[in-house]
Amino acid sequence: MTNASRNLRRSVLAAAAIALLPISVDAGEYRLNVDRVTVDAGGFKRTGIGYNGASPGPVLRFKEGEDVTIHVTNNLSEPTSVHWHGLILPFEQDGVPGVSFPGIAPGETFTYRFPIVQAGTYWYHSHSMFQEPDGAYGAIVIEPKGREPYRYDRDYVVQLTDAHPHAGHRIMRNLKLMPDYYNRQQRTVFDFFKDSDKMGTDAAVADRLAWGEMRMTPTDIEDLQGFTPLINGKGPDANWTGLFKPGERVRLRFINSSAMSYFDIRIPGLKMTVVQADGNDVQPVSVDEFRIAVAETYDVIVRPTDDKAYTIFAESLGRTAFGRATLAPKEGMTADVPAMREPPLLTMADMGMAHGEHAGMDHGAPTQGQAPSHTMPDGTVMQGASHAGMDHSAHGAPAKPSTHTMPDGTVMQGASHAGMDHSAHGAPAKPSTHTMPGGTVMQGTSHAGMDHSGHGAAPAGDPFYAAGSGLTPKAANGGKFLSYADLKAQKPLYEDRDATREIELRLTGNMERYIWSINGIKHADAEPIRLVYGERVRFKFINETMMTHPMHLHGMWLILDTGSGKWDPVKHVISVAPGTTVYMETEVDAPGKWVFHCHLAYHMDAGMFRNVIVEGGPAKKAADLGVPAQETVR
Amino acid sequence: MIGRILKVAAVATAAIAAAPATAEPLIWGIDVEQLEYRARDGNDVFAWEAKALVGTDELKFVLRSEAEREIADSAFEKLETQARLQVPISTFFDAVAGVRVDTPDGPDRVFGVVGVHGLAPQWFEVDADLFVSDRPIFRLEAEYEALLTNRLILTPSLEFDLPLREDRPADRGAFGPKVEVGARLSYDLVDRSIAPYVGVHYERTFGESADILREEGKSRHAVFAVAGVRLMF
Repeated sequence: MTNASRNLRRSVLAAAAIALLPISVDAGEYRLNVDRVTVDAGGFKRTGIGYNGASPGPVLRFKEGEDVTIHVTNNLSEPTSVHWHGLILPFEQDGVPGVSFPGIAPGETFTYRFPIVQAGTYWYHSHSMFQEPDGAYGAIVIEPKGREPYRYDRDYVVQLTDAHPHAGHRIMRNLKLMPDYYNRQQRTVFDFFKDSDKMGTDAAVADRLAWGEMRMTPTDIEDLQGFTPLINGKGPDANWTGLFKPGERVRLRFINSSAMSYFDIRIPGLKMTVVQADGNDVQPVSVDEFRIAVAETYDVIVRPTDDKAYTIFAESLGRTAFGRATLAPKEGMTADVPAMREPPLLTMADMGMAHGEHAGMDHGAPTQGQAPSHTMPDGTVMQGASHAGMDHSAHGAPAKPSTHTMPDGTVMQGASHAGMDHSAHGAPAKPSTHTMPGGTVMQGTSHAGMDHSGHGAAPAGDPFYAAGSGLTPKAANGGKFLSYADLKAQKPLYEDRDATREIELRLTGNMERYIWSINGIKHADAEPIRLVYGERVRFKFINETMMTHPMHLHGMWLILDTGSGKWDPVKHVISVAPGTTVYMETEVDAPGKWVFHCHLAYHMDAGMFRNVIVEGGPAKKAADLGVPAQETVR
Repeated sequence: MIGRILKVAAVATAAIAAAPATAEPLIWGIDVEQLEYRARDGNDVFAWEAKALVGTDELKFVLRSEAEREIADSAFEKLETQARLQVPISTFFDAVAGVRVDTPDGPDRVFGVVGVHGLAPQWFEVDADLFVSDRPIFRLEAEYEALLTNRLILTPSLEFDLPLREDRPADRGAFGPKVEVGARLSYDLVDRSIAPYVGVHYERTFGESADILREEGKSRHAVFAVAGVRLMF
């Protein structure tokens, strides 16, 4: 080949390369002013923090592929920050003061610049002190580049928050002084008499003694009561209303921006088709009701055909308050507002005290290509890799002593096997054997939330709650309640492969001192979690507390192990119910300094928080882990 | 020069803005558990039991004040101030060390304090303290909150005071205990900040301490009707 022809070829290639570049790159510029605002919950008004003069702040609408520039001006007298919750971006843009950047000083403007590499529903909020519980949040809606696998005629953001008359720092102080300061649903002396009538005095006394021994209460479901749920900034009476034309498909982008409150959401009279969770499309699931953990998002599509109003009803998990909004053909139309259901009570299963509660039982990590087998009492052999949703409640209801033969031949008997660790007989990737009461031998590796109800047990509940848990959700109309087990990715984000390493994170706490921690160590005393670029880490979360913790990883996705293999859903927040073990995996593909924490505002600040450092990475992607980049404009 | 000043200012503002990723604030609070009038024909008493605390999860400084003032005599029968440091030693208990100074209308006393403070099984809030001096005293306090409703609360309490050596000027005989039993019915009026209450308070002295009181013509036991308010902020 001559030099001339080589040069010609080179220039042709160069021209082709230029032609392949997008003709125009979207670049949007946005401004957020962090302001003191008035939060009006209807029942009370207070000073809070918002953006551009309001709480919630404006809905930021981005386009996938756009390069955004966001100028954030701090009009407060204290430092602030903005975290883009769920967005994949360079770590210097993540907005965690002291980790990603130094924060934004009073009077300063910080300019965030990052490309939008995803689509869906997300949100933003302050990551400084208690500004988020005080109102510093807003929604993000990202329009996808391509076509979405579902159709809708209009869409609304439905952002839930839990406005409280007390400021965040005061709430934290009260909880530290008296952890049940805000719990006004505790069992009373009269409840004891009622229970005595119902279950007999001996049983009622035994129950009180069992809880008293632990110095815990079954009513401890919401650390923080006394809030008013707001939907898009409006209380139940102000009644935010979204309009529709009968027959239209309406996409509702639910975002739970609450500091502390989970909600059970339903729209009486309408089925909801869940199409997206945490910004990622899922295979559509039709449900009557779903639970939204703090910081999660769910997009649902509803199709109201009648010319009437429908109530969006969001009951808090502890049933202490509800949020209410309306979908209506005309402004001013309303529908009935249902009564709240009875508050749930935690059970010994939620304490991890009851044997037989094996949801999320640890038999070790699942191993691809190695099908576990289960021999059932009737001699049936079960085989297959996916047993998600199984329930062991059969062999040992709390009040019924059970026998358990361990691999080493030890026979365990009794109702209370507190803190039993099944991991002993099932190291990751090593099949384990489990001898069932009937002498049945179970063998296999993945038994996450198995349902053995086939052999004479209560109906299977949600595998992501301890069997017998007081928190197991039930739809108000007896219909379908969404479970994590129903979530299947629409299009896998990552190639399905074995994890290269497992990291065990026990969720721990001291309720009485209101100290929350991971592996018994609070953030202030903890070393960062160190990850290496390119690995796939399997996080094993064991919830040893009685509270439900929404765990949130910054910068990288959490692939929730529901037993669906490559269809496992991809999320940014995964709720870990009490008394359960939940596995999630992360493809470590974002170098830099990140954080992993419980998204309950006061748990996070009380120490259930870890710094995460991702080392290594390709030359261009590897992060400078030295001084965080800083860009400040006056 | 101006450049340098600006640079210094920039570094300073960056330092102020560089807040840690989590905001563990200082814990502080004031808890006036009892602020009450104790009525008993002709021998009414004004009393309080209060504490102020400041610190962290790992170390707290607590200032405690207890007083009983005889209305008729305009005299403090009891005026006790304690400065205590509390360090966690278990999930539910703190170790306590400090000083106690008694300055009633009577002899002044100074003690060292060692003890434990915490929540015992079945929800009993417990203080067990040894007051160290050449006339040491052991004291056990326990309190329980029974919820009649979530705002109407009955609080029985017990205080057991055991002098380990005689202190005649302070009306204490060796191993002659003083027992105080109370029951207070309170209503949380504003959050948990303001809770008015009514109740009964009974105290009785035994053994050598009782003998000393008898010799001095003082009463060895008394029942009071009480009315007061609990304050917490």
